[in-house]
Amino acid sequence: MNGPQDLGGQMGFGPVAPEVDEPLFHADWERRVLAITLACAALGHWTIDESRHARESLPPADYLYFSYYRIWFEALTHLLARHGEVSTQELASGHALAPPVRAQRCLSAAEVPGVLSRGGPSARDPLGPALFARGQRVRARNLHAEGHTRLPRYARGRIGHIEAVHGAHVFPDANAHGGGEAPQWLYTVIFDGQALWGPDTDPTLSVRIDAWESYLEPA
Amino acid sequence: MHDHIETSETEEMTARVRALETILVEKCLVDPASLDAIIETYSEHVGPQNGAAVVARAWSDPAFADWLARDATAAIHSLGFTGRQGEHMQALFNTPDSHNLVVCTLCSCYPWATLGLPPVWYKSPPYRARAVRDPRGVLAEFGVDLPAETRIHVWDSTAELRYLVIPMRPAGTEGWSEGKLATCVSRNAMIGTGLAARP
Repeated sequence: MNGPQDLGGQMGFGPVAPEVDEPLFHADWERRVLAITLACAALGHWTIDESRHARESLPPADYLYFSYYRIWFEALTHLLARHGEVSTQELASGHALAPPVRAQRCLSAAEVPGVLSRGGPSARDPLGPALFARGQRVRARNLHAEGHTRLPRYARGRIGHIEAVHGAHVFPDANAHGGGEAPQWLYTVIFDGQALWGPDTDPTLSVRIDAWESYLEPA
Repeated sequence: MHDHIETSETEEMTARVRALETILVEKCLVDPASLDAIIETYSEHVGPQNGAAVVARAWSDPAFADWLARDATAAIHSLGFTGRQGEHMQALFNTPDSHNLVVCTLCSCYPWATLGLPPVWYKSPPYRARAVRDPRGVLAEFGVDLPAETRIHVWDSTAELRYLVIPMRPAGTEGWSEGKLATCVSRNAMIGTGLAARP
């Protein structure tokens, strides 16, 4: 979606201002949000793609204003409501008012190391041959998906080259919306900085994205 | 987004997060012991020391560096740095004439297994907006000034590949142990917003 999360190339946000000796968390609630988010993911109601979409679907002004763990928290409450685990009435009352759906999937402390160290690989067996080869000229399609997508606006319509072919990976645009994994070939595409940002751009700049096959067309 | 958390937000979020945790625990959807275990994992065990060990090994062992260049996932996993947000890895080697910089313009994708949790600036609009268009301007804000002819390679983490920058080994570190070399490798050097330096 052309949402607030698609920040590449936007202007006016000011300097980066890295914090010296930044702590891992800035408040105790942040560490709880991290842990609750990961524990709830283990219930298996949603995919990582659906959770990313829940975050980018926050009202744009909120998305830009909130701290990142607040974005996670707000999105998590939407996901838990969507999947029938926690209602807005329960959040208002601060207590459970209805039975859970998937308590049998509750992540135990003993399972935490295994779950975190396994992760969730996205590579899948390809369903057919790759359409593009290393070195080939491609154009990022001028797509404006209303749902989740991982093709940034700044690359759309621009011409680059295939730099690497990575095998097939779960396709987020489908997987975020209950459409299944629908794996596609994934490529690293390199763009000249001036192709993206115009002739005044630093000539030493190149930018790479990882693009699923349906994001690309021959050029 | 704020540089600092305001007191009112802290109070509001503390109450709301506590309420959600209470509901989830009452419903047996999360186990408080699991939450503690997750927090301990990312506070104590998974952090940039992991990535620094990968870099130090690459600097010390040409065969490992070659493996890292060909199959970073296998090479990094061989050191035990596996798991969430590190499932598919690629190592980006800086050279005297090229510099790599990693960003996620669309969210906050970051190589957790080797660098731990991302800093606030990595997840915030100023960095995500500018890294792909004006990386030298961003680097200047980190005190990094590269020669005008250095090629700048920006990697936007739009899929599940996670990128680890392998900075150049600082001069004057010949004969150093891997443990001592690792002290030259900051988190920012492995994102590309810093350089390795003698401590």
